[in-house]
Amino acid sequence: MSALTGTVTLTRLALRRDRVGLSVWILGLSALMAGLTAMTVSALPTEADVLHETEFMAGNPAMRMFGLASGASVGGYAMIRNYLTLAVLAALMSVFAMVRHTRQSEATGRAELVGAAVVGRYSTLAAAVVVTIGANVVLAALLGLAMLVNGQPVAGALTAGAAVGAVGLVFSGVAAVTAQLSSSSRGANGLAAAVLGVAFLLSGVGNMLGSVDAVGLRVVSAWPAWLSPIGWGQQMRPFGGDRWWLLGVFAVFFFVLLGTAGLLATRRDIGRGILAERRGPATAAPGLLGPLGLARRLQRGPFLGWAVGMLAFGIACGAISDATKDMQGAALDWYTRMGGTDRVVDAYFTSIMSMAGMGVAVFTVQMLLRMRAEESEGPLEPVLAAAVSRPRWAMSHLLNTWLGAVALLLVFAVGMGLAAGQVLGDTPAQLRALTGAALVQLPGFMVIGGVVIAATGLLPRWAGPVSWTVLLGSVLLGPLFGPSLDLPQWAQNLSPFTRIPKAPAADVTATPLTALVAVSVVLAVVGTVSLRCRDLALPA
Amino acid sequence: MSTAIAVSGLIKEFGPTRALDRLDLTVGTGEVHGFLGPNGAGKTTTIRILLGLLRRDGGAVSVLGGDPWSDTVALHRRLAYVPGEVNLWPNLTGGEVIDLLGALRGGLDPARRATLLERFQLDPTKRCRAYSKGNRQKVALVAAFASDVELYLLDEPSSGLDPLMEAVFQDVVQEMREAGRTVLLSSHILAEVEALCDRVTIIRAGRTAESGTFDELRHLSRTTVVVETGKPISALDELAGVHDLSADHTRARFSVDPGELNQVLRNLVEFDVRTLTSSPPTLEELFLRHYGNDDGASADAGAGTVGSGGAG
Repeated sequence: MSALTGTVTLTRLALRRDRVGLSVWILGLSALMAGLTAMTVSALPTEADVLHETEFMAGNPAMRMFGLASGASVGGYAMIRNYLTLAVLAALMSVFAMVRHTRQSEATGRAELVGAAVVGRYSTLAAAVVVTIGANVVLAALLGLAMLVNGQPVAGALTAGAAVGAVGLVFSGVAAVTAQLSSSSRGANGLAAAVLGVAFLLSGVGNMLGSVDAVGLRVVSAWPAWLSPIGWGQQMRPFGGDRWWLLGVFAVFFFVLLGTAGLLATRRDIGRGILAERRGPATAAPGLLGPLGLARRLQRGPFLGWAVGMLAFGIACGAISDATKDMQGAALDWYTRMGGTDRVVDAYFTSIMSMAGMGVAVFTVQMLLRMRAEESEGPLEPVLAAAVSRPRWAMSHLLNTWLGAVALLLVFAVGMGLAAGQVLGDTPAQLRALTGAALVQLPGFMVIGGVVIAATGLLPRWAGPVSWTVLLGSVLLGPLFGPSLDLPQWAQNLSPFTRIPKAPAADVTATPLTALVAVSVVLAVVGTVSLRCRDLALPA
Repeated sequence: MSTAIAVSGLIKEFGPTRALDRLDLTVGTGEVHGFLGPNGAGKTTTIRILLGLLRRDGGAVSVLGGDPWSDTVALHRRLAYVPGEVNLWPNLTGGEVIDLLGALRGGLDPARRATLLERFQLDPTKRCRAYSKGNRQKVALVAAFASDVELYLLDEPSSGLDPLMEAVFQDVVQEMREAGRTVLLSSHILAEVEALCDRVTIIRAGRTAESGTFDELRHLSRTTVVVETGKPISALDELAGVHDLSADHTRARFSVDPGELNQVLRNLVEFDVRTLTSSPPTLEELFLRHYGNDDGASADAGAGTVGSGGAG
């Protein structure tokens, strides 16, 4: 019996199980691509618009985090705006599919049933690989088609599709390895997602630290971007060179990952992971013994991940701060408007700190929604059945989240200040300005956190959607997008981020800060009181 | 006897459905009280109201002399709870969870914790995500019994335990009774309730169907009689209080209402009784009667829920 016996049957089984799920993913992503491209086409009617917007995305170091400019074209601009989103979603689709057909089958015992039949040692893995390769090839073709129907050039459209599909493929390889490492599907998905996070960090930082060509329309990335599959996809430069040879890099990496997964698969027992389930302490450390200690423990993992990311982006943002002096045209206008001053370095500091404040608001929502998860998944029940009041429990989560958010802002400011000191000189002054500006951001995430608490108390089942919607709305109406979209002032004023003083560019006044803190306190009190007064929505 | 738990006329509604409909429950201090009912009868809802996790819509509830909704924290220092479905934090170890829950309740006895870990054969260094359902249940049981409290609320605590661990669990509950603690034990496992409980309350569709000691409950129920006679038996089914008669010439099997037993025996004597066995109803039969008195189909449904576990 060969090691691959039964692969065909298992592939058909996997396709049968996934016929709806994968189809929805692939068609959904293709529709997203078609819609986003159509929006870009209609938003950039003239050559001048394309030039202006591309120049802005290329010349603005902070924006380079999200997309790589490869020259002025409508398709190219669409890729700057949308490539990252599509690549991350394609990677997630592939990770989930790979884990579903390997680790999850083992965890549920299905693999044991199958393994007892006439099936080769590598057949399960091989079937999952065939399915994810197929899914990503189809995805790449449909994404290309989605750009073609929007009237984009054939070569660029196909390169764009391939650049996204190739990222998906590589991450199915990553998941094939993590599925061998971890003994749970949640763990395998989590490890692969962490690799995805690092890939984004490397490509983002590499692009930020890159340089613009003389025309100001094409960015040459720094070396970190070349360490990331997401970066390789950008370097394929759809509509701006169409470098197909990079598919070879993807392919080599993919097969190395598969080989690793195959090797690992032979070195472990069914149901187990290569990483043994680690033993832990038999007794609790004194720091854990209380609601605050529990909240700290639950938030520790995500907090450390965030801290690494904030530090890396802080250093990157600081390192490019002298480049802002040379900024021209669209990028300069944007900073002057967002920062509210024509001293461009101050304007840059202000807008970057404002973005960091919004990033930390995302952290705040993520951490505080854990409360709702604790309730709906059940671990809250034994906590509140002990001598812990609901307000005390809620305050533990809130306090810990606030401390974490403040720490993240300070980590970001210190990283940025140290790096900015290297290129601009006078490190102490940069640190003072930036840590001060970081602390000014506090009321912003406090208001958003208040909304999460209020939603958790008043509308427990809707807490997630309500919180994320309010956050998204506040970001869209806030200083990052509001002024450039020419939104009416009253609409912009709805966002707490609009009310944050523009530090360090402008003087800090106490009134808006006090008002925001007051709003956040009212929201938190309303949420806590309604939490105290309602039934818990525990699992049946 | 003072009361540890006094519930009367308790009403709880979830939207249009009435989960508890004037439920009564009285648990005396120092007794082990069985709380029986099929899935969906309202056992878990009742216990969550006793814990102040849910708010009552009507009726009176008193736990250890206090109101569970307003005196929550003070009361919770004096009681321990084991949920029916134990959901824990996947990345904490069992030992950490035991210490944490004990500390949140106001501290636990380290010596008792060590003994219980050994008796339940629980490895405290494993992460909760690696535990089976039975092992998660053991974590909650050790955390509860290692606390020195007056009242234990146990919601189907042994549904994931194997027979060996079930025996350990029963031993521990016996020790709690000897130490004068009060236990409310919701359960599907009738043998467990019969072995442990002084009194039981049976609930059905959110209402108390029956409450009392086993003797009192048996008194309410029919005795099963199997008799062999010298002369052919006739006309037994015409007697008041005789049910489910199956007679075959000189052998008969039937059940008798407790009040009519004397009259029926007097009649039987005339057929020259050779042998007679009578058996009191088991809790199983009581249970089936309570949930199967409408028709045969619901009796089967009632039997199906026995021992099948799950939240009530």
